[in-house]
Amino acid sequence: MAAKKTTKKANVSKEELLSYYRDMLLIRRFEEKAGQLYGMGLIGGFCHLYIGQEAVVVGLEAATKDGDKRITSYRDHGHMLACGMDPKGVMAELTGREGGYSKGKGGSMHMFSKEKHFYGGHGIVAAQVPLGAGLAFSDKYRGNDNVTFTYFGDGAANQGQVYETFNMAALWDLPVIFVIENNQYAMGTAMARSTSSPDIYTRGAAFGVKGEAVDGMDVLAVKEASEKAVAHCRAGKGPYILEVKTYRYRGHSMSDPAKYRTREEVQKMRDERDCIEQVRDILLTGKHATDEDLKAIDKEIKGIVNEAAEFSKESPEPSLDELYTDIYMEAEA
Amino acid sequence: MATEILMPALSPTMEEGTLAKWLVKEGDTVSSGDIMAEIETDKATMEFEAVDEGIIGKILIAEGTEGVKVNTAIAILVEEGESADDVEASSGGGSDDDEDKAPIDEPMSANPGAPVTVVVPAEMDIPEGTEMKPTTVREALRDAMAEEMRRSEDVFLMGEEVAEYQGAYKISQGLLDEFGAKRVIDTPITEHGFAGIGVGAAFGGLNPIVEFMTFNFAMQAIDHIINSAAKTLYMSGGQMGCPIVFRGPNGAAARVGAQHSHDYAAWYSQIPGLKVVMPYSAADAKGLLKSAIRDPNPVVFLENEILYGQSFDVPVMDDYTVPLGKAKIWREGTDVTIVSFGIGMKYALEAADKLAEDGINAEVLDLRTLRPMDTGAIIESVKKTNRCVTVEEGFPVCSIGSYISSVLMQEAFDYLDAPVINCTGKDVPMPYAANLEKLALTTTKEVIDAVKAVTYR
Repeated sequence: MAAKKTTKKANVSKEELLSYYRDMLLIRRFEEKAGQLYGMGLIGGFCHLYIGQEAVVVGLEAATKDGDKRITSYRDHGHMLACGMDPKGVMAELTGREGGYSKGKGGSMHMFSKEKHFYGGHGIVAAQVPLGAGLAFSDKYRGNDNVTFTYFGDGAANQGQVYETFNMAALWDLPVIFVIENNQYAMGTAMARSTSSPDIYTRGAAFGVKGEAVDGMDVLAVKEASEKAVAHCRAGKGPYILEVKTYRYRGHSMSDPAKYRTREEVQKMRDERDCIEQVRDILLTGKHATDEDLKAIDKEIKGIVNEAAEFSKESPEPSLDELYTDIYMEAEA
Repeated sequence: MATEILMPALSPTMEEGTLAKWLVKEGDTVSSGDIMAEIETDKATMEFEAVDEGIIGKILIAEGTEGVKVNTAIAILVEEGESADDVEASSGGGSDDDEDKAPIDEPMSANPGAPVTVVVPAEMDIPEGTEMKPTTVREALRDAMAEEMRRSEDVFLMGEEVAEYQGAYKISQGLLDEFGAKRVIDTPITEHGFAGIGVGAAFGGLNPIVEFMTFNFAMQAIDHIINSAAKTLYMSGGQMGCPIVFRGPNGAAARVGAQHSHDYAAWYSQIPGLKVVMPYSAADAKGLLKSAIRDPNPVVFLENEILYGQSFDVPVMDDYTVPLGKAKIWREGTDVTIVSFGIGMKYALEAADKLAEDGINAEVLDLRTLRPMDTGAIIESVKKTNRCVTVEEGFPVCSIGSYISSVLMQEAFDYLDAPVINCTGKDVPMPYAANLEKLALTTTKEVIDAVKAVTYR
């Protein structure tokens, strides 16, 4: 990835820039807080933080319309916040409480929102890929022009079901955008050690699926690519692949000592390529916002995140009766 | 405001750790993301990052200290102009909210292994004088799908060779002509992928019927059947149902060897969130499949190739359904209860006929649905006969029969006059040779011998 700062004068309004800044900052502060609550023992099990990758979901969501669907893996907190799910409900699910999106029964990796068309939250690497194509199938079947954003990582890109899905999505012209969040490490394995070709987006070519790579640290570049992919899908031209080159600052999960990369590598990314800093730069140098304006946003976000954290501590654990609910839906008479 | 920095939990199981090294010293300014310390857990050395901005006011735990409990204060973070003395260090030693937690060892029921209860609708009455039409299981399954596809636009069929080829076993004969390629969809040979697409379509609100050419191939798709279809309602706190039917022939056919002869009845029946159906007769195949398609839960519908061509009377009714979860008494009797399902019923009924010649009056119960299982009907019957033999073609270890035996031991122990015997397939991969294959399956003779053993004849 080119280590250059974005200089492009994208065709975006001040309001859009501010909303990207705000949305990305919300994810970052939320995740930092989640890490803190994990450290305090309030969050258990697996907890995969999204810090560093915020521009991916915020840029992609910028091109969505009502009824569009999204589905992802277990590194899912950012996707939920970006599509408008309530930080309180997300955080309370992380702490395993009644007020969580799954009433505490799903956890960090398994949350859903029918209202926001967020379909999880899946823990088996790449399982969400055919599921996402199936969601797109349902839209095509109904004859609407909605699209499904199916997110997966560079690690998942080596699973066989991804290619089974590319084949059928192309065969049936399914309106699905395959978003490969390439953060360069599949858990602890660097891409060069796991993936035979460096350009994952080209892997659709064998199935006739168009693809392109995008700088995932640049929210404006992601947004532009998202608009292009969405237009392709809405026009009924079938699936599209976006390989979004990004970077996660934290470990794979909380219990990752991250010995597979150097501290300097991570620091360099943070210093030179950070997605939030890039927008901050544009806002300040373009005189779209003052330092004070941004401080006010920081403060507002901090308030939202603190409120979510408080809620997630105060919400009670699920009632013991919940053990045996939600296993079967009752058939309609 | 001065705040305590607490010893973090860095893995799901960490309770204490070694504070290996401080990378900051008192007076240093830190901001979010800065690495403050290295902490050794039982698994690895991890870097501990700052979350908040501030100045390290005081270090409370020296580097090299072992056995530092999670949530012990290890340092104090202050703001500009503050002193670390503004905060009194807590005594540490873990969180104090343990007392608030609800007790988790409360027994939920007297039988902790009891399956989750499912509401089972009542059986439909077949009006007196209803015409009965001889129908093959094959036709009955097709009719069920056609009727449900006429009833709802959201029902569609996908699978290998279901459309233009008219079904590998001709179950979907004529459906493409009536419903068109949008609703009868040929898939590539890619079970894992199309099962996942089917589940996704069900999340999207459609009612897919996914045909597996045989359930042997569904092993490639079992992750989606179990992890994606069966568990999502629970994982979503009740938001995301998955109304889908996975159907196709299951178990041994004839001379197709080990990889094409597997009976999955017991496998799928273990999974909470799935319903599992295994019909014997054509009427049940039709009525149960219609109910399965309407059911809001994922249903695994296990058919049998040998039964496809067999004819049974099917009531001629506008909308004949059979509820999932109700067993059926095929033959009333007083001396022994033979419990079976699917093709196992063939052996059970043949054995009952032969036993009658010897004066043994067997009651034959067809489970029809394996999950939820109508154990009440089994228990009721055993209370009358005091003896039970189960019959299935699947493997013996952890079989449906062994589950029924445990249920009877727990809930009808005082009524049993003999140990339950399970007639099952043998504990071997299916051989190809005709004589060995026959030996590997259960037989009518084995059922007869088992009944004689439990009735001490």
